[in-house]
Amino acid sequence: MSAEVHEHTHEHEHHHKDTFITKYIFSIDHKMIAKQYLITGIVMGVVGVLMSMLFRMQLAWPEESFKIFNVLLGDKFAPNGVMANDIYLALVTIHGTIMVFFVLTAGLSGTFSNLLIPLQIGARDMASGFLNMISYWLFFLSSVIMLSSLFVEAGPASAGWTIYPPLSALPQAIPGSGTGMTLWLVSMAIFIAASLMGSLNYIVTVINLRTKGMSMTRLPLTIWAFFVTAIIGVISFPVLLSAALLLIFDRSFGTSFFLSDIYIAGEVLHYQGGSPVLFEHLFWFLGHPEVYIIILPALGITSEIIATNSRKPIFGYRAMIMSILAIAFLSTIVWGHHMFISGMNPFLGSVFTFTTLLIAIPSAVKAFNYITTLWKGNLQLNPAMLFSIGLVSTFITGGLTGIILGDSTLDINVHDTYFVVAHFHLVMGISALYGMFAGIYHWYPKMFGRMLNKNLGYVHFWVTAVCAYGVFFPMHFIGLAGLPRRYYTNTNFPLFDDLQNVNVLITTFALIGGVFQLVFLYNFFSSIFYGKKAVQNPWKSNTLEWTAPVEHIHGNWPGEIPEVHRWPYDYSNPAHDVDFVPQNVPMKEGEEVLHH
Amino acid sequence: MEILLVILVLVLLSIALWQLTKIFDLTQVGDSDDSQVANDSDNNIQGYLMFGFLAFIYIFSIYGLIKWGPLVLHTPASKHGETVDNLMNITWLLIFIVQAVTQVLVHYFSFKYRGKKGNKALFFADSNKLEVIWSGIPAVVLALLIGYGLYAWVDIMFVDENEETIEIELYAQQFKWSARYSGADNVLGKANVRLIEGVNTLGVDLSDPNAQDDIVVSELHIPKGKKIHFKIRSQDVLHSAFFPHFRAQMNCVPGMVTEFAFEPVYTSDEYRALPFMVEKVKNINALREAKSKELVAKGQAPLDPYTFDFLLLCNKICGASHYNMQMKVVVDTPEDFKKWLSDKPSLVQEVKTANAPKPVEGEVGADSTKAKDTAAIAKMAMK
Repeated sequence: MSAEVHEHTHEHEHHHKDTFITKYIFSIDHKMIAKQYLITGIVMGVVGVLMSMLFRMQLAWPEESFKIFNVLLGDKFAPNGVMANDIYLALVTIHGTIMVFFVLTAGLSGTFSNLLIPLQIGARDMASGFLNMISYWLFFLSSVIMLSSLFVEAGPASAGWTIYPPLSALPQAIPGSGTGMTLWLVSMAIFIAASLMGSLNYIVTVINLRTKGMSMTRLPLTIWAFFVTAIIGVISFPVLLSAALLLIFDRSFGTSFFLSDIYIAGEVLHYQGGSPVLFEHLFWFLGHPEVYIIILPALGITSEIIATNSRKPIFGYRAMIMSILAIAFLSTIVWGHHMFISGMNPFLGSVFTFTTLLIAIPSAVKAFNYITTLWKGNLQLNPAMLFSIGLVSTFITGGLTGIILGDSTLDINVHDTYFVVAHFHLVMGISALYGMFAGIYHWYPKMFGRMLNKNLGYVHFWVTAVCAYGVFFPMHFIGLAGLPRRYYTNTNFPLFDDLQNVNVLITTFALIGGVFQLVFLYNFFSSIFYGKKAVQNPWKSNTLEWTAPVEHIHGNWPGEIPEVHRWPYDYSNPAHDVDFVPQNVPMKEGEEVLHH
Repeated sequence: MEILLVILVLVLLSIALWQLTKIFDLTQVGDSDDSQVANDSDNNIQGYLMFGFLAFIYIFSIYGLIKWGPLVLHTPASKHGETVDNLMNITWLLIFIVQAVTQVLVHYFSFKYRGKKGNKALFFADSNKLEVIWSGIPAVVLALLIGYGLYAWVDIMFVDENEETIEIELYAQQFKWSARYSGADNVLGKANVRLIEGVNTLGVDLSDPNAQDDIVVSELHIPKGKKIHFKIRSQDVLHSAFFPHFRAQMNCVPGMVTEFAFEPVYTSDEYRALPFMVEKVKNINALREAKSKELVAKGQAPLDPYTFDFLLLCNKICGASHYNMQMKVVVDTPEDFKKWLSDKPSLVQEVKTANAPKPVEGEVGADSTKAKDTAAIAKMAMK
């Protein structure tokens, strides 16, 4: 590594000198910050996935003794290797929190927005490199706090990732609602601050720093997705922050925003006049847009990768932008579909059913546009392309069951069962994860100047794809059988005894799928040092990032920033002999624009 | 321990795979810069795998429907449940059609159009006609679904005030359900957690005239053919009253009263005798017997054979023992229900019995009970 540092500093001594600290730690270079986000996200991802493997084992073989439980959870939470019921809930809670916020929000959006926004719009860096650095380090701090909450005596937060009060407010109700919950709230408050700084930076950069010729309708769909995602984040994350602050007030200063009329552990508490339903509204006002904050960047990445690897323009570029905007708008007015049976007025339920099912329309447009892009293409089935196709597949499978959950009448019976778990894992968990993997395989050469091993990539994709369906397809059935989620075990209900074999199958797939992520981890970390050297534009792509040199430099381009003359999807344009025409290639004499 | 072995095998497997890919790499001619970019042979293999994956999805789905289809909730036990299941079936039909068609398109195209050097893709950038088709069709279909859904929703959720119903309170507390019957007046007495004391665990206001005939029980009985109007409370955290067989669910929120109403259409006995349920119970008991053999071999007690009962489950995470918060629900004929209820003492009577002076208690204890006694009597007198 030191050789690399030396080479690098030597290369542009005309620039200011980088020390190790300013280059690798407190860097203000968006490319380095992207890598920092990615590696932190991967580390958090390992923790999150490991947790899911542990609680899946408990679900398949309830209350059986496993040495690994004892090793990882300790004597208090896994005496004799049997997982305790409160740590089960803690694992479920922290798994959800980590995967939703730390991996699929920060790890996905943070990585690729940072890497691609300046490079694809032709900017030297983010609008504020300093703010960008602060954003990453706050995210890092919140990750550390979240992980440290795993080690407090009474255990980490265990009220579910939705942390509904009063359960999350009262340590008498569950031990995890003591210090563990305090750390959770502090961590999330810092996380939100980090996310807001990032989002504001992305918005300002996209609006102000586009290179000459890069009109909004020449932006790659990745940038559209990141831009709109940042806007949704700025609108909705502050609401979660306020909810978290009010909850902190209720917990620590005796206010009653969310609590009222509580009798617990033999005494009446003083709270009066608050409402847990208010918290649900505030939480889901972020919570629902949050799933689009997760999935939109994945869809943007997929749009780019499918077009490049199909050697075809993305079908319906403008329709794709319109559908991103429509999804973003609708996403802020559908939160109530998480609350059909929360006790809110049923009339509101009707309104939210209506707005929710409307989202299916722009989503369908996206799915069909992807399919049409594949049609009559010349598909280069690189690992990134496989993950993108996989995303289209799981996005459809998972999205379709949303028609059931979004319909208040049908939601009555599947609400909070494993059916919901299957639905959202496919449509935003697995799909977004695929988007993230696709992005990593595709832009790895841009990030590290080396290539990932494609064969390991293929193995990684196929095992993951089979396991993802293997885990979540059977899960729909146990949900439809009425099995509630967040049950430590269902052995107390003989009614559910016939679901146990299905649970064993699900866990088997989960363990295989989880272990095979090692293939990816190995590929990722070893290729940083030993991967094949990348050429400048390995995928023969049109977007501007591939016009920048492989070796990272401050300011991205050694000379002038390239000027843009065309949209990013001139693949197989009949007016040209080669099957790709980068955005910085001027229009030929008499060349017509062949798209709307 | 088996699981560790399994993991070990998997790790070894992945190492083996890695070795294989290394060998594969070495056999590739030269060390060109694009060696990690898909070539024609990769496209070919991956294209066929895409086709294979389509087969996998289809076979797995059909296998699942046959093998796990029978596990899902069957005949609804409530009147509105039929509407819910109708809508559900229509939605399922739609989902299966769309899923079957789109998955074929995604994977078949990935196979059919796998890349080959020298091929050129079709430049096909947009078509307003197509966009209108695939935003229009979902819009129309969804409009129909929303229409039916909202019609059913309003029907289920809004209880007509003139309708004759039986009022029952469901009361949730950490890991336990109780039910309060409104008695002859069919009006529940007022209640607040601040009034919880001794056997009055629901905090019923004993001075309220409507509370005088209220009855509190820990097993829910409801009559067939009558609409039951549940008023739902919680004393500590959020819970959710979930009756899967009746297609009914509503959260229990501390500080407010939520409601849900349904009409049972089968008694417990009738539901048990339905052919699908006989089959299901037989299947469950076979599994339990096998498990019992294992347990006995280990020197533990065998499992009891299972008979079906309707259940009320908690379906909102409520604490460490959330997984064991349940109440048996019995649907009786109206006659049996009346008889069952008439045997139960009212809460007021229970409080009286509990507060009757107990000679065995010590001086101090007796004093405090007496104090409470007088308070209770004073409250009673106030009505």
